[in-house]
Amino acid sequence: MSVKYTKDHEWVKIDGDTVTVGITAYAAEQLGDVVFVELPDVGKTFDQGDEMAVVESVKAASEVYAPVSGEVVAANSNLEGEPEKVNESADTDGWFVKLKLTDKSQLDDLMDEAAYAAHIS
Amino acid sequence: MRYLPLTPADRQDMRKTIGVNSIDELFTDVPEAARLKSTVDLPSHQTELQVERAMSKLAGENTSASSVPFFVGAGAYKHHVPATVDHLIQRSEFLTAYTPYQPEISQGTLQTLFEFQTQVALMTGMDVANASMYDGSTACAEAVLMAGRVTKRKKAVLAGSLHPHYAETTRTSAKYLDINITSTDPDLDGLSGIADAIDDETACVVIQTPDVFGRLHDLTEISEKAHQHGALVIAVFTEAVSLGLVKSPGEMGADIAVGEGQGIGVGLNFGGPYVGLFACKNDRNFIRNLPGRLAGETVDADGRRGFVLTLSTREQHIRRDKATSNICTNSGLCALAFTIHMTLLGEKGLTTLAQLNHETACDLVDRLSGIDGVELLTDIFFNEFALRLNRPAADVVDALVDKGVLGGVPASRLYPGEGLDDILIVAATETNTQDDLAAYETALREVLS
Repeated sequence: MSVKYTKDHEWVKIDGDTVTVGITAYAAEQLGDVVFVELPDVGKTFDQGDEMAVVESVKAASEVYAPVSGEVVAANSNLEGEPEKVNESADTDGWFVKLKLTDKSQLDDLMDEAAYAAHIS
Repeated sequence: MRYLPLTPADRQDMRKTIGVNSIDELFTDVPEAARLKSTVDLPSHQTELQVERAMSKLAGENTSASSVPFFVGAGAYKHHVPATVDHLIQRSEFLTAYTPYQPEISQGTLQTLFEFQTQVALMTGMDVANASMYDGSTACAEAVLMAGRVTKRKKAVLAGSLHPHYAETTRTSAKYLDINITSTDPDLDGLSGIADAIDDETACVVIQTPDVFGRLHDLTEISEKAHQHGALVIAVFTEAVSLGLVKSPGEMGADIAVGEGQGIGVGLNFGGPYVGLFACKNDRNFIRNLPGRLAGETVDADGRRGFVLTLSTREQHIRRDKATSNICTNSGLCALAFTIHMTLLGEKGLTTLAQLNHETACDLVDRLSGIDGVELLTDIFFNEFALRLNRPAADVVDALVDKGVLGGVPASRLYPGEGLDDILIVAATETNTQDDLAAYETALREVLS
């Protein structure tokens, strides 16, 4: 399973034709304490770059964009009651949605870990 | 900062820079017919004393609410506002305070908003209230939009007996938001047909009680039906004082309660500013989608009680174009007046005031319904009721004015062309004396004889 990143600070964990999407630990830290996450319904489809979710912290509300086109096959309902998971474990328990890919080639345009590290440095 | 007016030479320079020959050229977008051709016919200059005399004479041509027996309601009600209210709201700490973005310097404002919210929630039987809206009609419109966000549905059903101004405001707000609004007929029962209009695509039903004709409705059954279809019930009131006596929206199963708070502490004020009340159930999804500002209670670094604006990320000053609503402020001073009056009244005082209103209205009904040509249409009412007259109500109201009584609102004014010309909407409050009631009875008897 490989992980890719977007310039909008999302991580994309690839597992066959399904990807798990979350925001990076760097993004979570910049946002401050996350107090609410609004997730899309399962079954909804997005094109790459569409607004997919909203993350609200004590400081700001930010849109989370679909890193790739696809259909939502799961949403992390744990975040409804425990939005702080996004701060505590952004890379794992703080995941937002799982998407079923419609165009696998879109993954090629995303950054790898080293490129993302350079992007935020 | 000094104020330096422009000289004619400055103006000419400015015109030259932007390439226009005269000021008039800047107004060519205004249709010709709407432009003033000559100067307004006013005396060129008078002394302060002369102006005061002229204006007092003009004002004397009005028949003001306090000068005659007054029975006009239909959305705005004449109640007594204690002098304490005006005295306190004019303290500069309240009167001049700007919006409380900085809690460290706004504790007084925030605490009164918190008290306001608490009072509104208690009165409406709901769990959460916001820090107020502009007025009852915009609160109603925002409630419909909120129901759309909460249910993710696009259909709203309005009762025909919802105040037509509220219905129109709601339609205007929904116009470009892809929300389909239907209304049932404005029949005097107001609720017939509404249960049938609810289906699995309905976001909300909007019912006013007491309705625009004064009739009270029990929303319990309609709430059950709506909830079976996953639709929300929005209870609307235009007379906040009624909540001192009637079953609250929350007790009747409403999900959102909205209304006009003018009746408590605010006064008629020639039609505004007023204060919209907005409350809803305690549900995470509801609270996220609540329009407007929320004051919350918290503790500071030393554990002391304090107040802040909370959940602000829903609002325009942070969320910009993605904010939950068009409102980013509140009717601060009117909300304060409401809160001060409510605090003076207390729970018992509000009930007593409501009883006084109801008793006065009952007395008036007893006097008027015995007159030939008058039929009482509203059997269950609070302080307002509808009469069917044996001639157009608008003519009767005009004839009553000539006899020095402001007798109410003809339904035709609210529902033009709907065949309600013979219906008169009459309100009575604690400000009406027995002499007022007697004057109305005598005048109406004469007009209809």
